[in-house]
Amino acid sequence: MSLNPNAPRPKMEARELTLRYGTKAAIQKVSLAILDRRVTALIGPSGCGKSTFLRALNRMNDLIPGANHTGSILLDDTDIHDRSVDVVDLRRRVGMVFQKSNPFPKSIFENVAYGLRVGGMKDKSALEQRVEKSLRGAALWDEVKDRLHESALGLSGGQQQRLCIARAMAVEPQVLLMDEPASALDPIATAKIEELIHELKATYTIAIVTHNMQQAARVSDRTAFFYMGELVECGATEQIFTNPREKRTEDYVTGKFG
Amino acid sequence: MDRQAIMEQGLTQPLVAPLLSPAARRRQLREKVIAGFITLMAFTGIAALILIIIFVAKEALALFTEPEARHEASLSKMFLAQDVAPGRPPFRWQPVSKIPKVSMIPLFVGTLKTTVVSMLVAVPLGVFGALFAAEFAPRRLRELLKPVIELLAGIPSVVLGFFALMVMSTVVKEALGFDRPLNAMLAGLGLALAIVPVIFTVSEDALTAVPRSYREASLALGATPWETAWKVVLPAAAPGILAACVLGFGRAIGETMIVLMASGNADVISWSLGDSARSLSATIAAEMGEVVVGSPHYSLLFFIGVQLFIFTFVLNLIASTWTRRVVRKLTGGAS
Repeated sequence: MSLNPNAPRPKMEARELTLRYGTKAAIQKVSLAILDRRVTALIGPSGCGKSTFLRALNRMNDLIPGANHTGSILLDDTDIHDRSVDVVDLRRRVGMVFQKSNPFPKSIFENVAYGLRVGGMKDKSALEQRVEKSLRGAALWDEVKDRLHESALGLSGGQQQRLCIARAMAVEPQVLLMDEPASALDPIATAKIEELIHELKATYTIAIVTHNMQQAARVSDRTAFFYMGELVECGATEQIFTNPREKRTEDYVTGKFG
Repeated sequence: MDRQAIMEQGLTQPLVAPLLSPAARRRQLREKVIAGFITLMAFTGIAALILIIIFVAKEALALFTEPEARHEASLSKMFLAQDVAPGRPPFRWQPVSKIPKVSMIPLFVGTLKTTVVSMLVAVPLGVFGALFAAEFAPRRLRELLKPVIELLAGIPSVVLGFFALMVMSTVVKEALGFDRPLNAMLAGLGLALAIVPVIFTVSEDALTAVPRSYREASLALGATPWETAWKVVLPAAAPGILAACVLGFGRAIGETMIVLMASGNADVISWSLGDSARSLSATIAAEMGEVVVGSPHYSLLFFIGVQLFIFTFVLNLIASTWTRRVVRKLTGGAS
């Protein structure tokens, strides 16, 4: 990390984070900073712990029986496991988009409004405004504006995933976690999602897990390479892809294994 | 031969049908025999069902063809008020008195009362119980809860009726201040014992079948576990839960033994839950043993059976139409 005082500060930071399912460690002593308003890509072969790490950032792993951790994760310098942090508040600040698009079996409008409604927003016009803003933000508005009250499951796969992004953005989180958001999509839909990530970077801090090396190179500012539950290397994306410090990183990004 | 040559040969030469080997012939024969057997089983079941319907309807039909029955139990006598004598109630079910009175209305009222009470008790218990088991119970507890409640579904209804009669009756009478120990409330509660397990198990299956990704999405948006269960999981499982309720209703309206033992069986028209009630199904069970075969009374009992069948059929029809509408609304015609 640079010592330049103008460098972005870390929005989230893991310190010596070890996460176990039962007794089996999924990630070992990972220390990694997610910089404010930057896109951080997490890459690595399947089972390397990158998704587990991502899910730890908004405590989604709490849902898995037997999951436990040591070390700490900071959000704006507060430990997210601190007793003063409510997990519901945390998840409103740290939103998540999943690998498989998972819109609720509700109308398009209700999908986006859901997070707002559970957050206590009742005013109809405010809801409508925010839904429109989020759908525009996810570049979906023009495609769905005439069918807002039809089921979200009638959308195409790419549209569903953008709807999920709109839904996550509607509650205006500060950090957006994306777990392979484009892995199930065709190249055109993927391009749209990547374009979207570029635009979101101005307002959000983004961490994205991806299997697709080109995607990591295209969308991210920083890249972290995970292997066998360890963080092997983290740095500027360009450096990771052109001039990695570690042999394992080089082998992975050049396609020698993984 | 290189690959190109093989492909060209494959294109030019006509395909020769290979002869069936004895093993393949045996395999095909075995498939045919098994498929035939399964088809036979399926159609036996369906045929039995159709024969039952035909039999019941035929026995009931005498009511409309025999002159004696038409006089004694006309539709107007069954469904309209009758002036038997001044001061006597206009709707009575006394098919074996000197002047037979065959009004179905008290039986409808009795059935409605016991069924509605049982549904009002059992639907919340069953659905919320299932919601608890599927969403909130620790895994150990859930693994215990489900088999235990399913075991409850296996208790014979005569045992439940006996329990209602001997144990619950005094408690219910004292607690609610009723005049009689046997009443519609008690029968309804007894019925609820029988249908809670049905509603619970079917609802629980529907709730657990809701994809985990819905729950994760909801929680990740900052919903609490309760909001997730109530606003996402429950609506997504709505068709299955409705099916559970319909199944429960079918059991409640058709259940005989519990009502026969606990309801008091008086043919009164009263909307008070503290009064006795006589249900359609209990009437059949109580009277079929003593009825003269072929008499108007005999046909009447079968006619009651037909009505019960029609009620459940219509309800199923409504429920399935509604379910299809909900599913279409949820999925937008996709899936």
